[in-house]
Amino acid sequence: MTEPVDHPAARALAERHRLRIWEAIPWLLALGFFFAFPKHLGFGTELLVTVLFAISLDLVLGYAGIVTLGQAAFFGAGAYTVGILAKQGIWHEPITGLALAALVAAAVGFGSGLVLLRTQGLTLLMLTLCTMALLEEAANLAHDYTGGFDGLDSLPIAPLFGRFEFNPLYPTTQYLYVLAVLFVCFVFVRMLVYSPFGQSLRGIRENMLRMHAVGAPVRGRLVLCYTLSAAIAGVAGGIWAQANAYVNLGTLGLDRAATVLIILVLGGHGRLYGAFIGALAYISLSHFLARIYPTAWQLGLGLLLVVIALFARNGILGIAAALRRPAHRAAS
Amino acid sequence: MSTPPLLETRALYRNFGALAAARDINFRLEAGARHALIGPNGAGKTTFVNLLTGVVRPTTGAVLLKGRDITGVVQAERVKLGIARTFQINRLFRRLSVLENVYIAVAERVGAAPSMFRPAGRRRDVVDESMRLLETLKLSGDAARRISELPYGRQRLVELAIALGLKPEVLLLDEPAAGVPSAESHIILDAIDGLPREIAVLIIDHDMDLVFRFAERITVMVSGAVFATGSPREIAAAADVRAVYLGQARRG
Repeated sequence: MTEPVDHPAARALAERHRLRIWEAIPWLLALGFFFAFPKHLGFGTELLVTVLFAISLDLVLGYAGIVTLGQAAFFGAGAYTVGILAKQGIWHEPITGLALAALVAAAVGFGSGLVLLRTQGLTLLMLTLCTMALLEEAANLAHDYTGGFDGLDSLPIAPLFGRFEFNPLYPTTQYLYVLAVLFVCFVFVRMLVYSPFGQSLRGIRENMLRMHAVGAPVRGRLVLCYTLSAAIAGVAGGIWAQANAYVNLGTLGLDRAATVLIILVLGGHGRLYGAFIGALAYISLSHFLARIYPTAWQLGLGLLLVVIALFARNGILGIAAALRRPAHRAAS
Repeated sequence: MSTPPLLETRALYRNFGALAAARDINFRLEAGARHALIGPNGAGKTTFVNLLTGVVRPTTGAVLLKGRDITGVVQAERVKLGIARTFQINRLFRRLSVLENVYIAVAERVGAAPSMFRPAGRRRDVVDESMRLLETLKLSGDAARRISELPYGRQRLVELAIALGLKPEVLLLDEPAAGVPSAESHIILDAIDGLPREIAVLIIDHDMDLVFRFAERITVMVSGAVFATGSPREIAAAADVRAVYLGQARRG
């Protein structure tokens, strides 16, 4: 072999995946939250699940450029897998339960992806929405298994490792459990997006025609990415059901799918940490706005979104990157 | 028996409804060729490129690579067999760096692209090969820049770099200098002149200076059919070619 090329661009690409110190911040904050706000762990758990769900969306939307409004289909598939298995007395163990949720959601993602990913743009958007609506209606009709409109509550979930109970009033177990699962999933997604596979997904996002012309099996890559993303969304849904001990039709609804999309747009898509920032910003802001304008708080959120969409296409992290770039130029 | 040409088409037809975009095209591209395809707008040049690369299937007829029938082979597989192309209008990964653009092509060729469990940067072989390719095209100075920050002429070079990253035996250049200001066009022309002889090049263009400087053989297409094929001198001398094409081009 010849000598490696020593060039700043080559070095930057070769070291792109290295961990940076600031990447510890969200995890330290999450751990700090556990000790600082023991009374708000329910809120914290919800936030972490939302982050996990948003990360699953970032993989398809931010990296592969698949525009979807139906991501909650997989969240719901995971949630109902956990819910039905527990309610029917088939499976109570939480960790393997999550694996099953991931499997079912992945199967839904794979099946629908094979059909949907032949299309693009608005057609794709509508079809993802339809898939989700079909699942929601199916869950509504299969009353005997899903509890229909009322959903399934008081799910009997076995203690974690046979020891740690899921107590709905003091959700310490839930919080740490969700944090650990989020961490594992995040490490997986981070590895994916920095891999050659992740690079080819970016290529598909930037120019699908060119990817065909360099000999890439574009459809196969998209279906694989969609399936993996569905599995992660399924884990998010499954863990949400375990943490709350209930499932309802809302897990499959447009509301949830739209909210996670807003969160990702707000935080910045295709940047991994946009999911964290977006979820934190969205949930804090809606909390804050609901206090000052209890009647019209969503108006404030809507206005903010308009501003972000008009002036900061890459969300909050995009603004941060834009502010940093001139400094970099001056330094180099 | 003589060895078959590198790329060949036999009695190729393609109809779009009532429009015959390709009519009985019998075409040969020899190994190491410097071949140009010219013709007025709407002559079917782009359809012909799409037929060669597998984007469009012929209505009837066959495409052969080294004597093997590849008519039914899909685009991605033809790339792996050694047929690469560039586009008349840039089709680049605009928000990625120049190096990443080439990396994607090289990774695809060497089979690294499906790999999920190791970082892209760990494939130093892919990074280094991409970087060396940029050096040969005098693009390494821009390697870290995003495509969207580059002047158009240099973007056209990246078009070429991506195709070369596929190590093709057949390279189809669809108007490589289109849209480049004349002050910059020499960069592209020099790069094309510098292509190694192992690559057979088919260049599709309107620019007569480029075609006559570069080509050793010229095919003229008119309304979906091959009108004439010959050396540049023969084509320049042929009165009927002048009438259908060269005259028109000079006017504009």
